[in-house]
Amino acid sequence: MKKVSLKISHNNIIVLATLLLLFILYGSGAALYKGFFSMQVFLNLFIDNAYLIIVATGMAFVIIKGGIDLSVASVVALISMVSAALFQQGANAFVVIFAALLIGTLFGAGQGYLIQRFQLHPWIVTLAGMFLARGISFLISTESIVISNPTFVLLSQHKIYVWEKNFITISVLIALAVVIAAILIGRYSSFGRAVYAIGGSEKSAILMGLPVARTTITVYTLSGLFSAIGGIVFTFYMLSGYSLHLMGMEMDAIASCVIGGILLTGGFGYLIGPTLGVLCTGIIQTIIMFQGTLSSWWTKITIGFLLFLFMAFQRIIVMRKEKSALPASKNKPNFENKVVNL
Amino acid sequence: MSTDYVLHMKGISKSFPGVKALSNVDFGLRKGEIHALMGENGAGKSTLIKTATGVYDWDSGEVRLAGRPIAPKSPLEAQQLGISTVYQEVNLCPNLTVAENIFIGRHPRKRGFIHWDKMYADSERLLERLDLYIDVKQPLSHYSVAIQQMVAIARAVDISNGILILDEPTSSLDANEVKQLFKVMRKLKQEGMGIVFVTHFLDQVYEVTDRITVLRNGTLVGEYVTSALSKTELVSHMIGREWSTEETAGMKAVEQISRDLFLQASTLGKRGSIYPIDLQIGKGEVLGLAGLLGSGRTEIAKLIFGIDKADEGILTIDGEQISSMYPQKAIQKGLGFTPEDRKVAGIVGELTIRENIVLALQARKGLFSFIPLRKQKEIANKYIELLKIKTPSAEQKIENLSGGNQQKVILARWLATQPKLLILDEPTRGIDVGSKMEIRKLILELAASGISILIISAELDEIVQCCNRIIVLRDRIKIGEVSGASMRENVIMEMIAKGAELYGKPGGIGA
Repeated sequence: MKKVSLKISHNNIIVLATLLLLFILYGSGAALYKGFFSMQVFLNLFIDNAYLIIVATGMAFVIIKGGIDLSVASVVALISMVSAALFQQGANAFVVIFAALLIGTLFGAGQGYLIQRFQLHPWIVTLAGMFLARGISFLISTESIVISNPTFVLLSQHKIYVWEKNFITISVLIALAVVIAAILIGRYSSFGRAVYAIGGSEKSAILMGLPVARTTITVYTLSGLFSAIGGIVFTFYMLSGYSLHLMGMEMDAIASCVIGGILLTGGFGYLIGPTLGVLCTGIIQTIIMFQGTLSSWWTKITIGFLLFLFMAFQRIIVMRKEKSALPASKNKPNFENKVVNL
Repeated sequence: MSTDYVLHMKGISKSFPGVKALSNVDFGLRKGEIHALMGENGAGKSTLIKTATGVYDWDSGEVRLAGRPIAPKSPLEAQQLGISTVYQEVNLCPNLTVAENIFIGRHPRKRGFIHWDKMYADSERLLERLDLYIDVKQPLSHYSVAIQQMVAIARAVDISNGILILDEPTSSLDANEVKQLFKVMRKLKQEGMGIVFVTHFLDQVYEVTDRITVLRNGTLVGEYVTSALSKTELVSHMIGREWSTEETAGMKAVEQISRDLFLQASTLGKRGSIYPIDLQIGKGEVLGLAGLLGSGRTEIAKLIFGIDKADEGILTIDGEQISSMYPQKAIQKGLGFTPEDRKVAGIVGELTIRENIVLALQARKGLFSFIPLRKQKEIANKYIELLKIKTPSAEQKIENLSGGNQQKVILARWLATQPKLLILDEPTRGIDVGSKMEIRKLILELAASGISILIISAELDEIVQCCNRIIVLRDRIKIGEVSGASMRENVIMEMIAKGAELYGKPGGIGA
């Protein structure tokens, strides 16, 4: 639709840094381990992380708007649980998918309404939402429920061959579609632009006549919907419902956004960012897997370091920007002349 | 009735609980004119503007837009009617591009998608009209405040339907930027736009406006043609008192005592706040800062106390050069500051009088050397007695006191730290006449005891009465200093009205 500018600017430097990091990580993995540099290893990154890409992209909207959504992981667990429970009752797969999307959307909309209507802090509201969704999944069952619905199993295990024997799953297609839709919404819709505007300055957005209340509610609704889609994709992946699924995954989603260059203060970032962030953490995980002897906790340690690095990097960029916004001219007006002229 | 008004407000009255903000005010804006709205703080300028822009409702009166009565309920509705406002602070989104700031909410579209190329082209064309040639694809924060202001105007012009309200747009711009803005305003005027211009800067009013409407205390003083109104007349309309050049009342005995220097500032300044200024305060001296609102009075105090960071100049206190000032350091150096709006920045309403008094002292001692309760009570009672604070006990909540007594508590707070210099910003604003007199007396007594005092006040009689020396400010520049025999209200008023040329010529030239 538009030619992509390749110029490095303040705006895209973080995304470019993430891309660079991605290449370095992938390159070092390929250099260190035999068999790392294979198409399927790369595709597995998407297959294993499809749900996280979807959830993190939804989270990105919330963060760009200047908010946060802590309930996403619980919603994913709730969706997996509800799906499993419905299948136990013999429900149709498409009814289950529809119900899942409905639950996620309503859940998000409810949180958004509370945040907007009562001007509550999103941390508190979505923290409550996180407990609530997790609690409800325990209410359904404390045990893990296996899903054996033939449609779900088919959707889950169907391989789409992209190159010889290398394949992706339907989940990956869903994730890619979601990301593309998110990028289009963020760039080419009034709603998307309002999200950026509110993240930049909510007060100004109100004075410029933007629908701030509606946008806020919609952002959380969207995050709920994306969590639901993520939940369905995750259920394809696990083929089970379990209340303890993905404890703390909301933090992975936030971390992916940050590594992907989305500023937690709101207003900045590209919607491709979360995907890149997820891929970064995915590669680290893969490297540790290939290494074989390291504890999987090294993933967390590395991600922790990366987060520090990126936060500092972002701050430096913002600080340098503030400095350059102050022009050097300090000329004092010639007051005497002004008086004479009058 | 004249029909060439694009915006006509007739008999507007507006009350807030307890205050009559506007009573029966008329204001008429014609096509193709720049109309200044002037008045001191609290005159009702912003209230009037806010009724026209839909922020406030009005109690009685009528607003007509091109002859048609309107009643906008929100800024958005006013915008849709074609009345757009540019405020002092830029109300745009710094993270978005220039183009998007102009068009957000009204993006051009193609097949349902935002048409970015068209938006860039349109905004470039729009900014060209304002003689602004910048890269519209850059984020707004990339540019200076002046350009951001210009972008805000571009947006307003594009939305507006012949009416533009500029609410103090120049207060953070420098001289060249103001010139650029005026060029744009004149151009828009020629295109037939009616512009309301609110400002405190007299020179700017005379440079660019056609008419002036003066408000005072919520009432209309009058509408004047700018070229037919002298500056001295304008100032006296605004302040609400006539003066004659012959006036001698209020003259003080000339006292020329040589004092030890306590604080010296040389070329202390901050961009967008106050131009570099020199000032000295001697020990036990009362120095006044006089000038209209927005002349830089409070800004100087903030620089000295370190609330704002100076970006040039040298500050010397007691012979020691201070490289970077911040409030905690100021307090350690023996400075005290009572802010302009004590409700917002001075008192802690929920705390008792005792707690409010020991606040600064505790802050200076640090959090870890807690002042014992007995000692606190001792201090509080001492100052309640000394300053004659009217209260049943030191344990009353401060918000229950009258304004004058609250002010005394704040004075007590700083006196408890045994300051060497007290900065009093509008110490008697909003308190009754009796308390005013008491506080002024107190100021003189404090000075006599060796404390240096810097007073900022809009009331000239107060300044003249209390001060040994007065620095006169206008448009954020020090235009002169008066002391001794020339320290009279009329001299100061003339200096403010006429600018620097009068400095050193007490008695002055008439208007």
